[in-house]
Amino acid sequence: MAEKVWEAHLVHRAEGEPDLLYIDLHLVHEVTSPQAFDGIRLAGRTVRRPDLTIATADHNVPTTSLDLPIEDPISKKQLEVLTANCAEFGITCFNRGDANQGIVHVIGPELGLTQPGMTIVCGDSHTSTHGAFGALAFGIGTSEVEHVLATQSLPLTKPKTMAITVTGSLQPGVTAKDLVLAIIGEIGTGGGMGYVLEYRGEAIEALSMEGRMTVCNMSIEAGARAGMIAPDDVTIAYLEGKEHAPKGEALADAKAAWLAYRTDEGATFDREVFIDASAISPQVSWGTNPAQVAPLSSTVPSPDDFADPAEREAAIRALQYMDLVPGTPLKDIRVETVFIGSCTNSRIEDLRLAASIFEGRKVAEGLRVLIVPGSHRVKAQAQAEGLDVIFTAAGAEWREPGCSMCLAMNPDKLAPGERSASTSNRNFEGRQGRGGRTHLVSPAVAAATAIAGHLASPGDLS
Amino acid sequence: MKPVTVITGRAIPLNRSDVDTDQIIPSDWLKRVERTGFGAGLFSEWRDDRDFVLNDERFQGASILVAGPNFGTGSSREHAVWALMDYGFEAVISSRFADIFFSNCTKQGLLPVTIAPEKASALLEAVTADPSLEITIDVARGTIEVPAIGMSATFTLEPFTTERFLNGWDDIGLTLRNEKDLTNFEGERPAYLPTTA
Repeated sequence: MAEKVWEAHLVHRAEGEPDLLYIDLHLVHEVTSPQAFDGIRLAGRTVRRPDLTIATADHNVPTTSLDLPIEDPISKKQLEVLTANCAEFGITCFNRGDANQGIVHVIGPELGLTQPGMTIVCGDSHTSTHGAFGALAFGIGTSEVEHVLATQSLPLTKPKTMAITVTGSLQPGVTAKDLVLAIIGEIGTGGGMGYVLEYRGEAIEALSMEGRMTVCNMSIEAGARAGMIAPDDVTIAYLEGKEHAPKGEALADAKAAWLAYRTDEGATFDREVFIDASAISPQVSWGTNPAQVAPLSSTVPSPDDFADPAEREAAIRALQYMDLVPGTPLKDIRVETVFIGSCTNSRIEDLRLAASIFEGRKVAEGLRVLIVPGSHRVKAQAQAEGLDVIFTAAGAEWREPGCSMCLAMNPDKLAPGERSASTSNRNFEGRQGRGGRTHLVSPAVAAATAIAGHLASPGDLS
Repeated sequence: MKPVTVITGRAIPLNRSDVDTDQIIPSDWLKRVERTGFGAGLFSEWRDDRDFVLNDERFQGASILVAGPNFGTGSSREHAVWALMDYGFEAVISSRFADIFFSNCTKQGLLPVTIAPEKASALLEAVTADPSLEITIDVARGTIEVPAIGMSATFTLEPFTTERFLNGWDDIGLTLRNEKDLTNFEGERPAYLPTTA
């Protein structure tokens, strides 16, 4: 599938040079674009295809009331620069408060801009999310952002392919997040480097589009720039009726083209990995990289459990940073904050799942719980379903959309030493705030933890 | 970017695996809209620790970073590369780099040097033991030499990447040579594809 999308976008190929690939959609946000726009201006160039480019403000935006000003002057300036750059070059931009604003990887799909067989890039490593539709989508650096703005293309070397076949079905209560955490635990943070991943098998096919996006989103945490899932009826059903999805006769043409991108029977991959879905239980990260995960029902591992010296060394450092003692049951770990949000888990299905657990219950005494929808559209949908009422009645904070505490560029941060259960994607040192300690979990585990006050699954609640 | 042919200098050992870009340059620094001045933020959280290797006077002025495996994982922020270069690094040596970080290095002219794991470990040890060791990296030959201890290693870049380093070529300029191909391709894109307009 990756190969087919690659070949369909080939603009130029020459011996001894990287292939030049056309880019169908360029997503832009405030953090990785200002220096690229500067580069365009300095060189006297222009944006080649503003009509294939879209911008939104997400990393920096406060998630408190839209009526309040942005207090951080540097964040405020970055958002103003995004608006000015987009106006100058004729790019549609959804800034703070716009009805279409949201996390860049949430709005692309919900607007119907993300479609099978496309090449999609963004100056953000979680662009892999869009691979859930069978698009070849990957994160790029600012130099490449400038390159795409100027030429709508990128010189690239073809990656290797890895098939991750997930057989069987997930047990009830086990989510796409648990699945992808288990996959990362299996192949490691470097396992996917140099590869495009293709997730396949019955457990993948059984996932909703939201679940597929969660899985593809975290491909980068396994080292892979892109992860893909073959388009099927679930994909088409999701796209039908979306604002930018094809309609009428164009839809018929598109459907045929989309399905033709599926990997051929008998196609070979450079590497194959098999995962048994039925053996996976709710997962939680214990360390400071996303491969340091374990089943929630188990205990904090010991560095001695790792044969590889580098992994053992990393475990020692991680346990020290996380202030954890080997052998402690993971469910005994108490947290001070729960964050439900991010491009991994802030879609309507994630919020419905969390709400089903919060309903009729109360957040544990003293706990801070932030629920940050992925976009204004997700927020509006959740409110139409009354989910916000369930969250606030339980004692959680219902916020405005943005990246928020996933990377703590806005005021939503952990204090030094503070511990969180988070539905985001990275548990790096200081990721959610300097000195903060992050446990990555699914929305179900996050909600149950919010109520119990310690890491817990919904089954642990009375 | 500027041409890079031979780099000679001392090295700083960073004996940690999976050094992610959030460590290289924390997100607070990403709010800036400029491309310069990021050196002050390089590894800023770790630099608070007096014992951190960047604070060790014996390594001041080094231009080569020798790191553990899986260097540059995580976020796509090119700010990580800007921070390393602004601090004064011209090359990073590791047994394995994250894909986006590696690509960002090649766009900016920070030389990413991938060597065999056993060579990388040996180099880390040697540099830790002797901060005065001089290392020479030759881009065209794909070699690393540490004459004082008789050590050498080889690395490969794609031939085109090597050429770009040696000549300091600008990617956009190279791509725009194919303007006709781009226009032709655009003329044949399927009508069902979306636009953002």
